[in-house]
Amino acid sequence: MLESLLVVLLIGAIAWVGSYMGLTILFGVILPYVAVCVFVIGLVRRMVYWAKSPVPFAIPTTGGQERSLDFIKHDKLDCPNTKWGVVVRMFLEVCCFRSLFRNTHAVSFEQDPVSKGPRLVYYSSKWLWFFSLLFHYCFFIVFLRHFRFFMEPVPCCISFIEAVDGFLQIGSPRFFLTGGLLLVAILFLLCRRIFDQRLRYISLINDYFPLFLLLGIVLSGLCLRYFDKAEIAQVKIFIMSLTHFSPVVSNLDLNAMFIVHLTLVCTLLIYFPFSKLVHMPGIFFSPTRNLPTNTREVRHINPWNPPKQFFTYPEYEDRYREAMAQAGLPLEKQPNQKPAE
Amino acid sequence: MAKLPTPQMLLASRPEFPKEAWLDTKPLFAPGSYCYPEKKETMELLHMPNPHDWDPAADDWNLPDNWEKILCDAFEERLEKHRSLKLFMDICVRCGACADKCHFFLGTNDPKNMPVLRAELLRSLYRRDHSMLGKLLGKKVGARGWDKEVVKELFYYAYQCTECRRCSLFCPYGIDTAEITAIVRELMHEVGLGTHWIMDPVKNCSFTGNHLGIKPHSFKEIVEMLADDCETVTGIRPKTPFNEKGHEILFITPSGDVFADPGIYTFMGYLLLFHELDLDYTFSTYASEGGNFGSFTTFNMAKKLNAKMYAEAERLGVKWILGGECGHMWRVINQYMETYNGPTPPNMVVPKSPITGTVFSHAAATKMVHITEFTADLIKHNKLKLDPSRNDHIITTFHDSCNPARAMGLMDEPRYILKHVCKNFVEMPENTIREQTFCCGAGSGLNTEEIMELRMRSGMPRGNALRYVQQKYGVNHMACVCAIDRATLPPLANYWAPGVTVSGLHELVANALVMKGEAKRTMDLRQEDLPNVADDEEDQ
Repeated sequence: MLESLLVVLLIGAIAWVGSYMGLTILFGVILPYVAVCVFVIGLVRRMVYWAKSPVPFAIPTTGGQERSLDFIKHDKLDCPNTKWGVVVRMFLEVCCFRSLFRNTHAVSFEQDPVSKGPRLVYYSSKWLWFFSLLFHYCFFIVFLRHFRFFMEPVPCCISFIEAVDGFLQIGSPRFFLTGGLLLVAILFLLCRRIFDQRLRYISLINDYFPLFLLLGIVLSGLCLRYFDKAEIAQVKIFIMSLTHFSPVVSNLDLNAMFIVHLTLVCTLLIYFPFSKLVHMPGIFFSPTRNLPTNTREVRHINPWNPPKQFFTYPEYEDRYREAMAQAGLPLEKQPNQKPAE
Repeated sequence: MAKLPTPQMLLASRPEFPKEAWLDTKPLFAPGSYCYPEKKETMELLHMPNPHDWDPAADDWNLPDNWEKILCDAFEERLEKHRSLKLFMDICVRCGACADKCHFFLGTNDPKNMPVLRAELLRSLYRRDHSMLGKLLGKKVGARGWDKEVVKELFYYAYQCTECRRCSLFCPYGIDTAEITAIVRELMHEVGLGTHWIMDPVKNCSFTGNHLGIKPHSFKEIVEMLADDCETVTGIRPKTPFNEKGHEILFITPSGDVFADPGIYTFMGYLLLFHELDLDYTFSTYASEGGNFGSFTTFNMAKKLNAKMYAEAERLGVKWILGGECGHMWRVINQYMETYNGPTPPNMVVPKSPITGTVFSHAAATKMVHITEFTADLIKHNKLKLDPSRNDHIITTFHDSCNPARAMGLMDEPRYILKHVCKNFVEMPENTIREQTFCCGAGSGLNTEEIMELRMRSGMPRGNALRYVQQKYGVNHMACVCAIDRATLPPLANYWAPGVTVSGLHELVANALVMKGEAKRTMDLRQEDLPNVADDEEDQ
């Protein structure tokens, strides 16, 4: 855990020092281009890697009653038997984290008054669901808000998001709710890993690193907006120059915190395709969720289905013919007949 | 078998998490924690790779010389064959939502029984070869290479998972541990490691047609004895058609039901129901196994054992297949059969109930219908005369088996039937039923005696839920639609909720079934006196 924190701090420190050493070209231009390339190519390669392997069997997890008889109520959301139904199921999964919503917390009691003995109780546990959802949506909105720097003129939908996000009308510049909530959500996810014994036991550097990285990104971002303020106009000119592939760095006053923020974001982009963060495209490939539960209705084809090899009935009858005849079981060939060559 | 601790002791004896990181701990192969290994001859007979003698408790498992290459290549091959595997190796974020969803984890508190860590055992090997960071940083980022201790660890935990898929329901990405366990078991088989309790039935099924190795003449004899018992109870001897051509329906059910108490009563239930309907059907001594222990070893073995069903349907010229109450059998039929061994033979048609005319369009491709779908449809159309008061002495609950629940979605048909044949039906707590059901603790070939304590641990969530309704509502019976359940739940109930009996659904159906020309029922199918018979007479 500490290693991950140190790595993130180190990356930040290098960027900080770099900006004072006049390495803006490296951290502000080269790194972002590299990062975006690595992100896009890496992600596409990972998806191609998955897609290269076939889905030999249709193994949807049925989360409710299948479609069967007319009078049995079919659970269309959790056991969809059509493509459209699967789209709905995937939508709920991706946008509402439906599976996580089911989460429970099991507590075992050695002596329960009702059971007069041991009892396991399953408490509703929506915290993980809530904070994950909060994290992902806030991140998404913060991400959208940043398009203000990438587009000229700023699309009205972005301005609208900003207006809604800043509806509390606190401070100047106005406080964006999602920025604060994002920080809260990341801290929750981090504390969970640190203080929950089970989570701590299964957590790897690979789990702490992205959290600290995100924490670094959010903190540096908040800092840029509220404290060590970036010169917005300058940042916009700089970013627009990047998007037009004619980077301008000289004459611009980009503060060190901005370079730190940018470098951490680039780190995230580079790290993304090689880490567990590929769960983002991965969920769409998940065969327990993205297949219809019509496996008895439509044949699923396995491209590598091996040839049938089994103990056939003629072999079976050859082995047991005498006994079967004595037991009066019907036979293809009577015992006194010689089997045909 | 060692004496079992009391339930309280069992709960209290769950150890704390170890101090060392999971990459540094190794399982202890203590008696009772592992299933007995298969015999070398069995593996040879089945042409399994690298058959050899070995002992799980020994230091050296006598792996073949090039075991590491075999395993690396086999893993690589599986990655190329299964998108699910690649994906499940890559996208887990270790959020921990699956942890306390696993009955093995709840019962043992062994961190490696958390589905996430069970998968990490394999994922750590994947990371070394397939992730940039793993290659660079190794153990720091949870990557490791193969060694013999890792093989032991994979074996240990692949046989402490019943492939019940409960974790896959709660996983935000739908990561299915059953898939991972199935593939780890395949890998183990590549170096000749398997368990006796699974491979012996596989061998039997390969050469006699069923897991128990019942030969055709014995099979017929046993079923006829059960028909005699039916006559004792009802005064009617149901017909027992075998291997006959030209019938409409082939009936296939797990062989456990012709052999073991209390499955035999479920089987008698089928006989009586079919007789009452005058159903145009036949049994087969060749395709005499609905279950598929092959599915607990390799995909190919599952295909091989399953192939008999369509082959026999073709030979006998039936129109469709009716399948009995079983769990993993229906996982295979519902999600694999048509892929493995389809398309169906030309003589088969979309199943249609000859009694009600209902077309089972949801089974249009496999042409195989679950008996509870068939029976629920009969009840809905008033084709059965039922007297549920014969089951009045029963307060029943219903155990959803993992596979019908989470790999098929068969939940309400059994309940519909149960409510019509038994007046007193109580559900267990909602987090332990339907799609959230808990495994009996001994599915996927773990229903063996030598791991009885482990089974009681993994059965703890089910056992606790049963005890709760037993104490609160006076439940004294648990119905189920799975042959393995019928074998595993009685000891589980006996341990966690003594006094609860277990039966298949169609045992209760036949008890309630009022048959044409039957003698007055004074006994149930178990030939136990019906307590409410005398009352009936007084009423009349």
